[in-house]
Amino acid sequence: MTGNGAAGGANAERANGDVVPAPLVAVVDYGAGNLVSIDQALTSVGARVALVRSADDLAATAADALIVPGVGAARPAMERLTEAGLVEPIRRWIADDRPYLGICLGLQLLFEVSDEDGAVTLGVLAGRTAKLDGAPTLPHIGWNQVERRRPHPLFAGIAPAADFYFVHSYAGSPGANDAEAALADTTHGRSFVSAIAVDQLFGVQFHPERSGTDGLRLLRNFVGIVRSPESSRSAARAANDATAGVRA
Amino acid sequence: MLRRRVIPCLDVANGRVVKGTRFVDLVDEGDPPELAARYAAEGADELVFLDISAAPEGRGTLLEIVERTARRAFIPLTVGGGVRSVDEMRDVLRAGADKVSLNTAAVADSALIARCAARFGRQAVVVAIDARRTVDGRWEVLVRGGRDTTGLDAVRWAVGAVDLGAGELLVTSIDRDGTQAGFDTDLLSAISGAVDVPVIASGGAAGPADFVSAVVDGGADAVLAASIFHRGIYTIAEVKAAMAVAGLPVRLGSVAA
Repeated sequence: MTGNGAAGGANAERANGDVVPAPLVAVVDYGAGNLVSIDQALTSVGARVALVRSADDLAATAADALIVPGVGAARPAMERLTEAGLVEPIRRWIADDRPYLGICLGLQLLFEVSDEDGAVTLGVLAGRTAKLDGAPTLPHIGWNQVERRRPHPLFAGIAPAADFYFVHSYAGSPGANDAEAALADTTHGRSFVSAIAVDQLFGVQFHPERSGTDGLRLLRNFVGIVRSPESSRSAARAANDATAGVRA
Repeated sequence: MLRRRVIPCLDVANGRVVKGTRFVDLVDEGDPPELAARYAAEGADELVFLDISAAPEGRGTLLEIVERTARRAFIPLTVGGGVRSVDEMRDVLRAGADKVSLNTAAVADSALIARCAARFGRQAVVVAIDARRTVDGRWEVLVRGGRDTTGLDAVRWAVGAVDLGAGELLVTSIDRDGTQAGFDTDLLSAISGAVDVPVIASGGAAGPADFVSAVVDGGADAVLAASIFHRGIYTIAEVKAAMAVAGLPVRLGSVAA
């Protein structure tokens, strides 16, 4: 791939004429999946993109948001994140309530453990990742409806039960302590949680970067949340709050 | 509920989209990223990109086309043709493919399927099976673009490939490919009934009724075609409308950028 997304044209202009820099989104590159699509999709919705492969990369990048993409199994993914020294920085990022979007495996890793290979995952959210038992076909590949439980800015402008693209066999299920994190559900054999949102922490089991105009809209909404004053306030609050990290 | 997918196939040789009949007599059909973007805008659910030249010296060209395509079409892209190793699969994924299709190399070395699935997850591994009817009413696997016979029974190979880690099967009837004589629904039904992974039907689409039949009679999860889309005989929307009328779940609401 050609590397970081171009910043040209990504800046926004405030009403008073000041130019607001385009949000810089760090995308974790740990060899699990297609980053060209994510880079292109984020760039096309007005973000700048920096690929990060190590803790040093992340520390050196003044990123406004962090995206962990990925497909495949949890154990090799956790091993690669561990090798890259990124496990603790990712936990810290989320504990500080800075904007995070987990895509597919990047959502599953938020939970405590994966039944796929017994891997212990980030444990940011209570719950486990389990197989889609009872599904007529596995992997669950293709477009399926995402049904929201409540309105949320992440889905602004997207029709109820809109189709998004899925490629997976396992899905994370929030435990009782984080049940309110569930934002949307999808059914394939059984119903599973296909999106979560808690403050600045987001996760989607589908691939917005591969879900056409609705997928781009969701990413644009995420970038908009990152750009919004609310997000800056919460980041500042987190930085000043010695008790940040209670959710972890 | 999970939609049945409609997938335009782009056969690529020397950097251009081509289409032949029974894998020969190739005709130029256009620029790959251009066609990909057009199909995404017209409602394609996914794209399959098969490098039918697959000459080693053309590999760099292919990766460059894959990346240009991935940057134009925000829908999933499967790339196949000549991938022989985990490292080659990695290169294709890094160029922007979501899935890689293995064919000849998987027949020659079936453990390749397991190695690729272990590295990238089974959802990224598509095994393409080119099958031809035999005189005794079964199907034989052919490789090297339909040029070589293998003696392998297509249904048994399908089951074996899934056991090894294939997450999806792309089943092409060589008897029907490019003939517009309809899909071989007997072949599709035999394979889809024997595995629990999604099956993509390929080879023989003439019109919307064939897409319906591939799903209803063949048990296919997705239906792939080339000529009828490239030549504008039917649009993706027309095919999906016919599938919807037949009661099949399809994605109609919003089209891709």
